[in-house]
Amino acid sequence: MSAAGIPRVAASVVLPKPSFQAVLDNLRNGGFTLIGPTVRDGAVTLEEIRGMEDLPRGFRDEQQPGHYKVEKSADGQWFSFNVSAQSWKQFLHAPSITLYSVNKETGQWVLQRPEKIGPRFAFIGVRPCDLHAIFVQDRVFLGDDFRDPHYARRREHAFLLVVNCTTASSSCFCTSTKTGPKAVNGFDLALTELPDSFLLEVGSEAGSEMLRDSGWQPATAFDLGRATQVVQHTERQIHREMRTDDLPQLLYRNLEHPRWEAVARRCLSCANCTMVCPTCFCTTVEDSSDLRATAAQRTRVWDSCFVLDFSHVHGGNLRPTVRSRYRQWLTHKLASWIDQFGMLGCVGCGRCITWCPVGIDITEELKAIRTTGAV
Amino acid sequence: MSEAIMTVPEIVTHADPMLPNAAVVRSIKPEAYGISTFFLEFQDPVIAAAYRFAPGQFNMLYLPGFGEVAISVSSDPNHPQTLGHTIRYAGSVTRAMGRLMVGDIIGVRGPYGSSWPMERARGKDLLIVTGGIGLAPLRPLILAVLSNRTNYGRVTLMYGGRTPPDLLYTGEFEDWQRGGVEVHVTVDRADENWRGQVGVVPMLFYRIRIDHPRTLVLTCGPEIMMRFVIYEALARRVPKESIFISMERNMKCAVGFCGHCQFGPMFMCRQGPVLNYAAIEPFFGKEDF
Repeated sequence: MSAAGIPRVAASVVLPKPSFQAVLDNLRNGGFTLIGPTVRDGAVTLEEIRGMEDLPRGFRDEQQPGHYKVEKSADGQWFSFNVSAQSWKQFLHAPSITLYSVNKETGQWVLQRPEKIGPRFAFIGVRPCDLHAIFVQDRVFLGDDFRDPHYARRREHAFLLVVNCTTASSSCFCTSTKTGPKAVNGFDLALTELPDSFLLEVGSEAGSEMLRDSGWQPATAFDLGRATQVVQHTERQIHREMRTDDLPQLLYRNLEHPRWEAVARRCLSCANCTMVCPTCFCTTVEDSSDLRATAAQRTRVWDSCFVLDFSHVHGGNLRPTVRSRYRQWLTHKLASWIDQFGMLGCVGCGRCITWCPVGIDITEELKAIRTTGAV
Repeated sequence: MSEAIMTVPEIVTHADPMLPNAAVVRSIKPEAYGISTFFLEFQDPVIAAAYRFAPGQFNMLYLPGFGEVAISVSSDPNHPQTLGHTIRYAGSVTRAMGRLMVGDIIGVRGPYGSSWPMERARGKDLLIVTGGIGLAPLRPLILAVLSNRTNYGRVTLMYGGRTPPDLLYTGEFEDWQRGGVEVHVTVDRADENWRGQVGVVPMLFYRIRIDHPRTLVLTCGPEIMMRFVIYEALARRVPKESIFISMERNMKCAVGFCGHCQFGPMFMCRQGPVLNYAAIEPFFGKEDF
C-alpha cells in the first residue's frame, strides 16, 4: 500500500507530525469548518482553527477542584493538555437557536421555519470522554419517537477526529466511567501522539479519505506498542475514582441523606457545572415579539436545573432549596439517566469539578453518600 | 387578533416536533371564575381528519409572542375534530388566551403523554377523584365511559372545589348521573345557596363503599389532595397497581428534550402525565423532589 492511496477502515497508520496539516487541508477542501483547541485568554478553548499553527502546541494545563491554569510546557508536544471548559456540546446542541418565527403579514400569521443548511463541522481533538458525551446526547436527541432536527443536522455531518489522551489532569476519572483515555469506536480518525509522529486509527471511510496524499505509512508493531504504552501511562496518572456498579439504586435509597444538606451549604447554585458538562442538555424557550405584535420568535436556550424557576409550576417552584436542586442534578446524572437512556449521564471528564467555583467534587459527594448512607 | 390566520408554508408532515399547526377557536365556554373551555379545530383538513387523542393526553398550545402551555384535552375523544381545552387564566400565556375571541388562530401540537388505562378499566368499577381543574383531564374519560356504559361496573366521581362558583362542568352533572355515573361533590367553603357537602375531597371516601379487588382509582388534582386520595384508597385495600394519578410538572417541549418535567426516572411529558402509583411510589411525596 502506498502513501499516496488511502488506508482501509480499521487500519492504523503513522504520520510525520508536520504532515497532519495535509489531513486538515483535506478536511477543509472537503467543505468542513475546522473546530479545534486553541489558547485564548489564558485557557484552552474550542474555536474555528485555520491549521496546525492554531493548536495549543507546547501548552499544558493544571486542573484541580475549583482551579484551572494553562502554562507553557517544555516538551513541545501538540496534545499535552486536558479537556477545556467548553465541550463540543456548544456546536452540536447550540446554546441558542431559533426554533421558528411568526410574522403577521397582511393580517395573517405566517410561520417561518429555520434555515435547514448549517456548517459541516470537523472536530479536531475530541477527547475520548467527550466522544462518549456525544454518544450520550445522541440518545437524548435522536430517539425513536422524536428527533431534534437541529441536533440531527449538525451531528450527521460532523467529522470526529479523536485525540487519545497522553496526559490526565487531577479532575479526570474516565477510567471509572469506562469512557477513556482511549477511544474504541464511533470516530472517523483517532490520533495518538507519539514522541516523533502521530499514530492514526481509521474509524470510517470518511476518515480514510482524509488521509489521502498525507504521507501516511502503515503502522509497525513497534508503533502500536508505543501507542499502547502512552495510553497505559495516562491511565496510571488517573487517581480519582467513582464507583458506579451500585447505581442507580444507591441514590434512590438515599434521597433524604443529610449529605444533600451539607453540600447545599457549599453549593452556590451558579449552574457552572451544568454549563460545562458535555452531557447536560436541558433547555428553555424564550418568546419575544416586536412592540407592534407583528413578529414573534421562539428561541431555545440552555437552561439549568440549578435555576430556581426551572421547576416552576402554577403556585410556585417545586425545588425551592439548593439541597433539592443539587440532589436533582446529581441523581439525574448518576441514577435516573440510566433509567431514561440506558447509560450513565457522566463521562468522567471532570469539568464540573474543575469549574465549580467552590470546588465541589461529584466523586466525593457520591462517595460520602455511599459510605454513610442507607444500604 | 380576530382576523388573524396562521399559515404554514410547507406541507405539515414536518419532522420538527416543535412546530405547531394552526387551529381556529370555534367557541369559548365560560366554566367558572377565570376558567373557560376553548374549542379548537385544525385549519388543515388533513391534520383535522387524522388527529386522535386518548383521555388524559395533552396538547401544547401556542400564542405568538407569549409562548406555549401544556393543556390537557377536556373534550369527547369520540369527536376529535373539535378539541376542548379547559384553561385557567393563571400565567402570562393563559392570561393572554383569556383575550382570545371566536375565529382567532392559535398554534397546537400534540397529543402528548400517557393516557388513562382505558383497556384495564373495562369491566371494572371506576372511582374518579378530582379537585379543581383536575376534573378537566378526566372529562374525556367520563364521556368515553358514558358512550359505552355497559363496559364498566360501578362508576363514581368525587369532585371538590374551593367554593361553589369554582366548580367545573356543573351543568353536565345531571346528564352524567342519568347516564350511570354517581357524582359526589364537595366544596371547601360554602355560600348561602350551597346545599351539598362541605369539606376536602378525600372525606368523600366515607360516603361510599369500595369493592377493592375490582376498583380502579383515577385521580387528578393538587398533589396534596392526591396524596390523601392514595392514602384513603390504600386504607381500603385498593392495590397500588390499581391507582392512577395525573401529575403536574413544568412542561416546555413535551417531547423529552428540555428536561424540565423530570420526576425521578420519568419525563412527565413522555411516561406521564398519567402514571401508575406502583411505579412512582418511591418518589411520590418526597420533599422538593
